[in-house]
Amino acid sequence: MPSVRFRLNGVGKDIDADPDRSLLDILRGQLGMIGPHFGCGAGECGACNVIIDDRAVAACDTPFWSVAGKDVTTIEGLGNAERPHPLQRAFIAEQALQCGYCASGILMSAAALLKRNPAPTSREVKEALDGNLCRCGSHNRMVRAVLRAAKEMATG
Amino acid sequence: MNQPSPPPSKLPVSLVANPLLSSWLKFSAHGQVTVSPGKVEIGQGIVTALAQIAADELDVDISRVQMVRASTAVSPNEGVTSGSLSVQQSGRALRHACAEVRHIFLQLASERLGVDIDTLDVDDGTISGPGNVATSYWELADDVLLDRDATPDAKPKPVARRVLAGASVQRIDIPDKVFARPRFIHDWALPDMLHGRVLRSENARAKLVELNDERARAIADLVAVVHDGSFAGVVSETEHGAEAALQALRKGAVWTAGEPLPDESDLAAFLKAQPTETTIIDKRTAPPSAPKTRTIRRQYVRPYLAHASIAPSCAMAQWNGDRLHVWTHSQGVYLLRTDLALVLNLRAENIAVEHLEGAGCYGHNAADDVALDAVLLARAAGGRPVRVQWSRAGEMSDAPFGAAMAIEIEADLDPSGEIVDWRHSIWSNGHAARPGRAAQPALLAGYELKNPFPRMISTNPPQANGGGGDRNAVPLYDFRSWQIESHRLTTMPIRTSALRTLGAQGNVFAIESMLDEIAAARDEDPVAFRLRHLDDERAKDVICAAAKRAGWKPAKQPGIGYGIAFARYKNTGAYCAVVAEIEGDEDIRVRKLTLAVDVGEAINPDGVINQIEGGAIQATSWVLKERVRFDRQRITSTSWTEYPILRFSEVPNIEVEVIQRPEIDPVGAGEAAHGPVTAAIANAIFDALGVRVRQLPFTREHLVAAMEQAS
Repeated sequence: MPSVRFRLNGVGKDIDADPDRSLLDILRGQLGMIGPHFGCGAGECGACNVIIDDRAVAACDTPFWSVAGKDVTTIEGLGNAERPHPLQRAFIAEQALQCGYCASGILMSAAALLKRNPAPTSREVKEALDGNLCRCGSHNRMVRAVLRAAKEMATG
Repeated sequence: MNQPSPPPSKLPVSLVANPLLSSWLKFSAHGQVTVSPGKVEIGQGIVTALAQIAADELDVDISRVQMVRASTAVSPNEGVTSGSLSVQQSGRALRHACAEVRHIFLQLASERLGVDIDTLDVDDGTISGPGNVATSYWELADDVLLDRDATPDAKPKPVARRVLAGASVQRIDIPDKVFARPRFIHDWALPDMLHGRVLRSENARAKLVELNDERARAIADLVAVVHDGSFAGVVSETEHGAEAALQALRKGAVWTAGEPLPDESDLAAFLKAQPTETTIIDKRTAPPSAPKTRTIRRQYVRPYLAHASIAPSCAMAQWNGDRLHVWTHSQGVYLLRTDLALVLNLRAENIAVEHLEGAGCYGHNAADDVALDAVLLARAAGGRPVRVQWSRAGEMSDAPFGAAMAIEIEADLDPSGEIVDWRHSIWSNGHAARPGRAAQPALLAGYELKNPFPRMISTNPPQANGGGGDRNAVPLYDFRSWQIESHRLTTMPIRTSALRTLGAQGNVFAIESMLDEIAAARDEDPVAFRLRHLDDERAKDVICAAAKRAGWKPAKQPGIGYGIAFARYKNTGAYCAVVAEIEGDEDIRVRKLTLAVDVGEAINPDGVINQIEGGAIQATSWVLKERVRFDRQRITSTSWTEYPILRFSEVPNIEVEVIQRPEIDPVGAGEAAHGPVTAAIANAIFDALGVRVRQLPFTREHLVAAMEQAS
């Protein structure tokens, strides 16, 4: 079995797996990471979004071989209860979800946006999240939460 | 003014069914209280609202309240979590139970401390009295026996002494969800767990006539192929292996052509041509106040709608001899257990069904179906647990849909355009085929087995429970005479069951569109028209509040329109009025929705706002985009491309005003917005474009058709 070397949440990995399988399959299966969620398997809903280098990408239709040598960040690498990312704090403060199944993918799209544009407008946030679906209707709260996080990051 | 509701003189309904206090509450010596409701978290925040009620009534900090997931092994049987009834039913029962338990503790404390019960006070579980005497729930926990039935005598606190109920407390499930800690069933891993997938044909109700499993058996990690009639599936050591084996098995399957589906381009004609069972829902007669001079007749159509949760349904099952354990995101663990017992011919006592959260649930989706799938596959797993997850395509085509509806309203008008008679007729499949309520099971695989159960035809809940296809069909307005009838189809080529609001979305769309049309023909303001025909002050208050907040009616601008609509969900639940602002030409964009809502006592006001916002956005999605697509053989809207929902850039601004009425028993908020939002958008389209669109969704195709019909 060929192996793929990449960095996952800042840690170097060398994983033996069929390189044609999807990144999501490897993350959730072999690596036991539950943050990226399966939604459609076709890159249409964003529930499995992770950040590869600096871009938010659907892990379900990213072949595993394509992350060789790259930096992959999942929600697990964004922050945790002890060291939350400002986006995670903001999502709690704004109560920005209902069921929350889409939230991990949306947090990753938002994190990628704030990396390249630390002071987005509300329109820019909506554009950045347009590839993420939310069925419960928490969109406006999520946009507010992203703007809140951006503000917090700017004022340090 | 509203009168405060009288103090409950009898037990709340959920306590009548489950009177044992210890089934609701347990105290530990370590300062924790465990609360075990029968209702489940489906993304609506119910667990937090119930924790607030318990903490408030017991006088403990909310952090001491541990909420237990519903399970047939430990929880009271509260039926199904649906119909916006959880706060009403579980909340009332819990409040009552907590009040009684608090009193039981105080009685014992009074004996132990030797002071009068009325002098005792509770603060975060510590019970204290005059002369610095003190004890606590935790100290007394082992001596207080809660294995006794609730009595009607307990008196919950007066409104003024509630601290948490009525406050916007942060939801207790949200941190887990933003920090990716396992909470969803999809993220749960049991020791030794296997993975299963079920094979289903694309063609509707096709039968499996031949299955060659040679290729599937050659796939790595395969544990078993299961085949029973038209039910077939695979079990594998890995999820990846299960997917691969399923693809291989599909190649070896030969199916019949299946059963024909209706013509999707004329749903009204299809619905009206089917055999039906007709019920007169309501009839009111009075001599006309003025002679009828003309009749207007309009038809409104709503398509089949998909639940379209972001997660495909998932379940786990494990056999141990003739005992079975099931993990599910079903809305009703006891009801699912009943149907599993029927299919398996097993005693219900042998089955434990335990709830784990799924993605947002908007009614009877595939949660129960996938549970039976897992149970059937787990039979071949040698006692190991099997996890089954549906595909996106399966979720979009094999789960029950919300029923299509054709609604006809005829209004007789007098010379001044006032309504003298009103007739409302509905053609629709039933809106409920939930598990656990009939002598036959309502689970998909049950229809596919070699010895299949007959397919359940959806029925409608009785009016006393809010009705089904007829939900909200009886107007709240003061028309002097009316007849409301429901024609429920007795055939069901497309599987339907409960979807958020059941028939209310369609009926409110029809009634509120028709009213708008009648008011416009009289050149009367639609707000004034509604207020003139309503007696209920709470109804008038939400309409006035929404109108005022939206600055009704804003000055005319080209291409922009404003519409208003109102309903009281089920005619007994939450009041909701909406002003919609839309922008339109060939395509409709909803710019803003301004809502006012009255749920009585809002236990968690931010939770209510969250539910109303969510309902308004979901309704906007239904109204602008959604329609289950099919050809004559199969459902074709099996992906997000073919079944688009509203995206971030399309979501309107939303403002919600909650009219807080702490003295009135709370009702749910999750379904209040859909009907009014639908009609308000329709009415705003007329305001902007001068055309009445009566067929959902309001896509370019249906707009053009409406314009052609009008000209």
